[in-house]
Amino acid sequence: MNKIFYIFLFNILFISKSLALIEIDITRGNLDPLPIAISPLHVDIKSENFDGVKVKNLGENISKIIEDNFRSTGLFNPLKKDAFVQKPDIAHLKPRFEDWRLIKAQALVTGKLLVKDEKLKVEFRLWDLAAAKEMTALAFTTTPSNWRRVAHIISDKIYERLTGEEGYFDTRIIYVAESGPKNQRIKKLAIMDQDGANTKYLTLGNELVLTPRFNPTNQMVTYMSYFRNMPRVYLLDIETGTQEVVGNFPGMTFAPRFSPNGKKIVMSFAKDGNSDIYTMDLDTRVVERITDHSSIDTSPSFSPDGKFIAFNSDRSGLQQIYVMRSDGSGVKRITFGNGIYGTPVWSPRGDLIAFTKMRKGRFYIGVMRTDGSGERLLTENYYQEAPSWSPNGRVLVFYRETKAGSQGEGFSAKLWSIDITGYNERRLKTESDASDPSWSSLLSK
Amino acid sequence: MFNKNLKNILLVIFATLILSACSTAKKSGNIDGDVYTGKETVKYLASGVPDRVFFATNKSSLTTASRATLRKQANFLRKNKNLNVTIEGHADERGTREYNLALGERRANAARDYLMTYGISGKRISVISYGKEKPVNPASTPLAWSQNRRSVTVKVN
Repeated sequence: MNKIFYIFLFNILFISKSLALIEIDITRGNLDPLPIAISPLHVDIKSENFDGVKVKNLGENISKIIEDNFRSTGLFNPLKKDAFVQKPDIAHLKPRFEDWRLIKAQALVTGKLLVKDEKLKVEFRLWDLAAAKEMTALAFTTTPSNWRRVAHIISDKIYERLTGEEGYFDTRIIYVAESGPKNQRIKKLAIMDQDGANTKYLTLGNELVLTPRFNPTNQMVTYMSYFRNMPRVYLLDIETGTQEVVGNFPGMTFAPRFSPNGKKIVMSFAKDGNSDIYTMDLDTRVVERITDHSSIDTSPSFSPDGKFIAFNSDRSGLQQIYVMRSDGSGVKRITFGNGIYGTPVWSPRGDLIAFTKMRKGRFYIGVMRTDGSGERLLTENYYQEAPSWSPNGRVLVFYRETKAGSQGEGFSAKLWSIDITGYNERRLKTESDASDPSWSSLLSK
Repeated sequence: MFNKNLKNILLVIFATLILSACSTAKKSGNIDGDVYTGKETVKYLASGVPDRVFFATNKSSLTTASRATLRKQANFLRKNKNLNVTIEGHADERGTREYNLALGERRANAARDYLMTYGISGKRISVISYGKEKPVNPASTPLAWSQNRRSVTVKVN
């Protein structure tokens, strides 16, 4: 993997901390996205060539990625560039605000870049066109091959300035890439940028792999593999490729997830027909049994403060969601609605639990408060499950399968995302069929 | 306390009545209740010894027919003392992946436990769950799902 992930911030210029006049309310579905003009970044004529990077087109390519990121949020409406009224370099110095207002833009992004001595120097500015003011500006230096990440970091900064929320563009998604007929599926671990670029395969498909999940604090991953026909939870370092079995259990371990500080894995261990929840401390290797019940207890997920674990259990008959303290005490059922509930996942903000609901042969992705109240179903389909949160707790990614014909034809599995408002449902681009997505934290944090 | 017990007993009786009503009502073709009763996907460990048993949705209890099949398997294993088996547990596609892994494990163990009560050593029987990952019938129909809710006894040597 690319080890040069650091971004060297050499100059942060918050020139004017003006009162923000443009503000986006992202707490409800946005039916009136903010018109934003994203000018191509001006490429300095002193720029030198760099292997594998089309320097001449770099300004346009970066602005295209920013544009795509903003369009994908559903909160912004990036305007067509052919209506732009000023050259990128001039606009970056000082835009003619009234001209940009004419094309109905409310915000403008400008920038310039220079590739020299094998370094990429980028600076950008965000302008409030109504107030005729600069809202934020930032300059940084990195290696030119990191240019896509530069676009994502700029997108995050602008998103943060306009919405008041942390961005989620400089992130990756790990998932299971699927191919082959439905009854002979080949599954590989795959990782990509959140916009679908830079897909890399981490396993060869020789053994069945399932449910990869990111460590929220670093680039480690935990997943389940049938390596040597022994279904076990594994730990994988995606930078080095090294991996190991988690713990020494005399049976199947599955449904792994990291604790919020990344130091523990919580998972299920199945023995003699009974699945219970265990944790293993990755430093001390100490294993603790958290639940002890004759029912199936699985799909555990820590609260972001580490104090609680949500999980699903069929102890009441059918799958329902329960919450307990992280030592296993104080187990409380939180779902009582009509239907079966599974895969609880605690929001990184701590206020919501996302889940899968099954009712009358339909599958729903929804969110509820952590005591089970305020249930909101966001999307209904033939089959979908396994939500995973964007790091800012605003978007869920999950997978959806289609109904198959009598020979399995017409079957597909794809990744989808939806805002917690229930708006802006969209399919994520993947090279192949895909399932079990897990969203990383911000890489530049 | 007594009231609560009585209530539970009544509930159980009530539930049984409903369930038996359902199973008679839904008996059609090769599905009884929603347990597959046909032979279309069945293979044989030996002549007259079916390799698999079928389960109701979300359930791991053995039907009368399943027990009869497993007694034949136990008999077969008693006669072939050096033979070891793996029991694969499977679920249909209409559940969450992780729950289905647990459910497959529970089903495989239900079959294993029954073989053990008929004198087969647990050392000879390993289990593995594939959850919903290995459907025998890839269609998205109630018949296919009933064929996929299964435990399969496989010879390992």
